[in-house]
Amino acid sequence: MKKVELAVIGAGPAGLCAAIEGAKHGLQVTLIDENIRAGGQLFKQIHKFFGSGVHRAGIRGVDIGSQLLDETEKAGVEVMLDTVVWGLFEDKVLALVHEGRSTQLSAERIILAAGATENALAFPGWTLPGVMGAGAAQTMMNMHRVMPGKKAIMVGSGNVGLIVGYQLIQAGIKLELLVEAAPEIGGYSVHASKLARNGVKIFTSTTIKEARGDERVESAVTVSVDENWNPVPGTEREHEVDMVCLAVGLSPLIELARLAGCGFKYLSELGGHVPLHDEKMETTQPGIYVAGDIAGIDEASTAMEEGRIAALAAAESLGRLGGEEADALKKSARKRMEEFWDGSFGRRVKASKESLSVKE
Amino acid sequence: MTLLKDGVLTNEELEALPCVPGRERMEKGAVVVIECPQDIPCNPCEPACPKGAIVVGGPITNIPVLKEDLCDGCGLCVAPCPGQAIFVVDLNHGNDEAAVSLPYEFQPLPDKGQKVKALNRRGEAVHEGTVVKVLTPSSFDRTAVITVTVPKELAMEVRSIRL
Amino acid sequence: MRKDKELRVNEHPILGSAEERPRVKIKVDDQWMEAIEGEPVAAALMASGKMVFRYTTRLNEPRGVFCAIGRCTDCMMTVDGIPNVRTCITPVREGMVILTQRGEGRWEGISFEKG
Repeated sequence: MKKVELAVIGAGPAGLCAAIEGAKHGLQVTLIDENIRAGGQLFKQIHKFFGSGVHRAGIRGVDIGSQLLDETEKAGVEVMLDTVVWGLFEDKVLALVHEGRSTQLSAERIILAAGATENALAFPGWTLPGVMGAGAAQTMMNMHRVMPGKKAIMVGSGNVGLIVGYQLIQAGIKLELLVEAAPEIGGYSVHASKLARNGVKIFTSTTIKEARGDERVESAVTVSVDENWNPVPGTEREHEVDMVCLAVGLSPLIELARLAGCGFKYLSELGGHVPLHDEKMETTQPGIYVAGDIAGIDEASTAMEEGRIAALAAAESLGRLGGEEADALKKSARKRMEEFWDGSFGRRVKASKESLSVKE
Repeated sequence: MTLLKDGVLTNEELEALPCVPGRERMEKGAVVVIECPQDIPCNPCEPACPKGAIVVGGPITNIPVLKEDLCDGCGLCVAPCPGQAIFVVDLNHGNDEAAVSLPYEFQPLPDKGQKVKALNRRGEAVHEGTVVKVLTPSSFDRTAVITVTVPKELAMEVRSIRL
Repeated sequence: MRKDKELRVNEHPILGSAEERPRVKIKVDDQWMEAIEGEPVAAALMASGKMVFRYTTRLNEPRGVFCAIGRCTDCMMTVDGIPNVRTCITPVREGMVILTQRGEGRWEGISFEKG
């Protein structure tokens, strides 16, 4: 069986940064991803990122993706693409499948950075072709350059809904309206303002009631909701659309952490069941770390820092990094992360993440 | 607050912001209007200004503060703003005309001299303006900055265009 | 041959003009169509306007793409005789035969006999 010092599972922003950081400190790193290209969801993020210079602010996600792939190559990380990790057994043995062949890999340390999956929302017609995740529409138009439809409704006003809504317009799709069940817009108001001034109506306290159509979406019915989230009869409106985009949150992809026997906590703020982890991103299973959305749904910018922290901790535990140096580097990564969490948007995430902390 | 209902900043909400210049400064000519009302973690506007007229400081979730006397309305901060929330308003563009410079990331780009619909914060066409400048240097990284003429009384209304 | 229905994003303010890439021919149900080499099957089908990828086992309801990143399995079809292939992460190849899947699908034209 092949042996490596550090196996990183998932080559999105968290996994790439973990692999780069690990290799930089002398670890022999294998980065595994089931997709045929690394980068996770970065290559569909065509907008400029927030934060400051240290967070690569002002750079488009797609370009951050290219930068990270370059750094991964330069750092000497072994990258295994088109490779599914289907098992995680005792003594940190990973079961992999590549081109129909199963192999095993033993790792001294493992960083799980599997990311997240988009939530669905149940309503009559929710399974009709044309109802899709907002991220799915984003993948189709920004990565594969295909429009999944011509006229869309966006459900959800978090940053995903607002940003993808704008990107629909950039791809040439008409965004008819955006609805949000809560009484207020959830994401950054600057993103909402971009939609509003380009003619997209945003309706808060409004949700989707039904998607109609024979073999695909032909229209969507919206309805106002009262303060108890109940539909208000008589407020239904039918909109002629052929796409319904759902931006109603993400759920961490925790299967491997479950297989590893990690402890969990349910935190709706972080997207559901999240592996318990300490400040070093180590789970309740020694030597198994988490980073990025699997550790609680948040931004790519903080996912990158979590990846670095996990890799620094792994390098330290294998004696590749002195305690003092490791602490200083982890501290500065944590500082960059906390800068992101400082305002009212990040504060709740930060508090939830802190409640996951396991005693050292 | 209506901003959180429909994404539209009202004039009252705007005037309360430390990054929106006062009337007196506006009358003097080109100056930036930063429509950034929330404590989001973001500061690329600060290093983008060669005059040091925009201060975010720490933490980066501070709402930017505009030092309106240092700003000469050069517009170098418009494209770097990830929220596309920065505009340049020049009330002295012409006798009765003002010019608004705004970030634009749609296709196709307008030509200089082209007549376009000027849209307010609600996306309503309130005027037919003339594009007087289209800037697309590589440093703007595919965010074009378009300058369009509007009547002076619409200078604080118009925030987008439609071809 | 089935044609693209103007659903390709050829010009884009950020991504620029789409580069010319080699085309391949794929057969979808009974119809041959063009696809762009290396793009996922699901993208090729959506560009041609096809939205129904399969029908469910019990209720015979249509399903299409939901997540587009290989997680949800809504977009499964029978590809080159193999049922339940996630078309959103399966690149097209010249001559690929793709069938709208009914129910759990069947192994088409594949022999499990030895030799």
